[in-house]
Amino acid sequence: MKLLELKNVTKRYGSLYALDKVSLGIEKGEWIAIMGPSGSGKSTMMNIISCMDKPTEGQVFFDGKDITKYSRRKLTEFHRDKIGLVFQQFHLINYLNAVENVMVAQYYHSMPDEKEALEALERVGLKDRAKHLPSQLSGGEQQRVCIARALINSPELILADEPTGNLDEANENIVLDLFRQLHKDGTSLIVVTHDPEVGEVAERVVRLEHGKIISDKKNSGFAE
Amino acid sequence: MNKKHRMFVRMVLASLIRRRSRMIVALLAVVVGATILSGLGLIYYDVPRQMSAQFRSYGANVIFTPSGDSYITDDEIKKAVSVFPSDKLEGYTPYRYENSKLNNLPVTLAGTDFSSVLKTSPYWHISGELPDGNGKTLVGKKLAEKFGFSTGDSFSMLNSFQVTDDTDLSVIPDYEIYTDPQTGEKYCDHMLDLSLSGILETGGPEEEYIYVTLDDLSALMRSDRGCDLAEVSVAAREEELKGYLDDINNGSGNLTAKPVKRVTASESTVLSKLESLVLIVTAVVLALTMICVATTMMAVIAERRREIGLRKALGALDSSIILEFLSEGLVLGAVGGITGSLLGYLFANTVSMNVFSSAITFRPLLIPVAIIVSVAVTGLACLIPIRSAVDVDPALVLKGE
Repeated sequence: MKLLELKNVTKRYGSLYALDKVSLGIEKGEWIAIMGPSGSGKSTMMNIISCMDKPTEGQVFFDGKDITKYSRRKLTEFHRDKIGLVFQQFHLINYLNAVENVMVAQYYHSMPDEKEALEALERVGLKDRAKHLPSQLSGGEQQRVCIARALINSPELILADEPTGNLDEANENIVLDLFRQLHKDGTSLIVVTHDPEVGEVAERVVRLEHGKIISDKKNSGFAE
Repeated sequence: MNKKHRMFVRMVLASLIRRRSRMIVALLAVVVGATILSGLGLIYYDVPRQMSAQFRSYGANVIFTPSGDSYITDDEIKKAVSVFPSDKLEGYTPYRYENSKLNNLPVTLAGTDFSSVLKTSPYWHISGELPDGNGKTLVGKKLAEKFGFSTGDSFSMLNSFQVTDDTDLSVIPDYEIYTDPQTGEKYCDHMLDLSLSGILETGGPEEEYIYVTLDDLSALMRSDRGCDLAEVSVAAREEELKGYLDDINNGSGNLTAKPVKRVTASESTVLSKLESLVLIVTAVVLALTMICVATTMMAVIAERRREIGLRKALGALDSSIILEFLSEGLVLGAVGGITGSLLGYLFANTVSMNVFSSAITFRPLLIPVAIIVSVAVTGLACLIPIRSAVDVDPALVLKGE
């Protein structure tokens, strides 16, 4: 069974089609890069998959369940339990330190546990920066805190929107290494990017243009 | 408290403490509102007491007179004043008036209790000293000018009365009996020697009286018949005073208690207007505080739209967002209320010292009231911006739109 399946998903804003009858299936443990130019529908697809938006038409199945029929509250509970989010702008809460930012995700999911949050930070190599506020961390470190926050609740799918967009090359490599590790551990990954280098390291690359999938290929250069 | 509750407290406190430069503006709005609110509250409750004390300088506000043709005794006066609470009774002074002669000219003699007279007539201006016992007198300014008296002078008051076979002359120390050549009736002249302690200036009829002690007057008149009236000074509002006077008048006493209308009515009018003014100012301040806190919270929440979007993206339900932001507002309200109620006391005390020259009475009950009002106002002021916070679309704000 596929982990995630989009069937004829359309998202319309007035007469503008952000997504036009898109169908896509993602297997469990798969690492997919969604690529395309600005306005191609990448972010719209990301918002629909992350349950932050609903399609105008079509269905989205997660573990075989049609989540487009879920109420707002059930959708919130669903994506809280199943999906981890990584953002281009990190979106850390500026008055909470690194470990508290990770614990916020635990707080809304189940029960905050500082020890587990510290372990997550250790996993991204930031245990010694746990008590630092976001303003005291570099961009790369903030993104790693963001990744620690995304993986703290052991989600089945991690959605990353331009995760390396604001990082230098060194930090980009650190983040991609973390994704490799997550993939190795069996976590499914969807990475939205316009960066070819990020796309190259994914297992499969889906290209969007004008709201339609123009190509969907396994990456020949993918290395476990 | 489980880990979830601890995290909640940690987030709320972190938001308030680590964002203090932002929150201090909102806190300041609450503190200013609570300060003025509790300060005006204290003034509102203390104004009647302060003003009553001020009004007492205009003289007694109650007068006791005999119910019939008789006189009122000291015991009756004491019984009547016992109706007033001791903390409200400023003092009372009995008066007995008699006609007498000085240098063969008729004058009015007034017997009173000098130890209490200034409590009911604090406006009396005395040149010299207030008599401190028998044999001493206070003379009205007009009378003193008429007779050319000055402080330290001595004079004698004369009381002539007809002597009959029943007259007991043994009680009179010095007397002289003479016979009217026309009627053949016998008379006795009784003299009272007095030393002038002070000259009284009031601008009123008191300047034409000679004041002596009640004992001296009784001795001169050879009778202790009681008093003609008593003046009472009570620190109470008109309505409250009316209740006390009804109690006295409904009692079986031989006296009638009446308010001195020109004092009590003007006191009541001034106090009502002052209270209305304070009430209006308090209401306006409360409304302004609410607007100020609401706009500040609106700005605070507007700049945190991205954070709210993130929280929702992390799975926060609307109820969680409301609880978190409302809690921040309520903590602000409580801290502002505590600080404001203490500053309000200082504010009220400063106003009271400057206006009434006396300290304000601290009312501990106003602290919880100020805190509850501050928390309620802040809570209400937060509701509208929180409502808009709940409507934040995470997909939009996390994209930076």
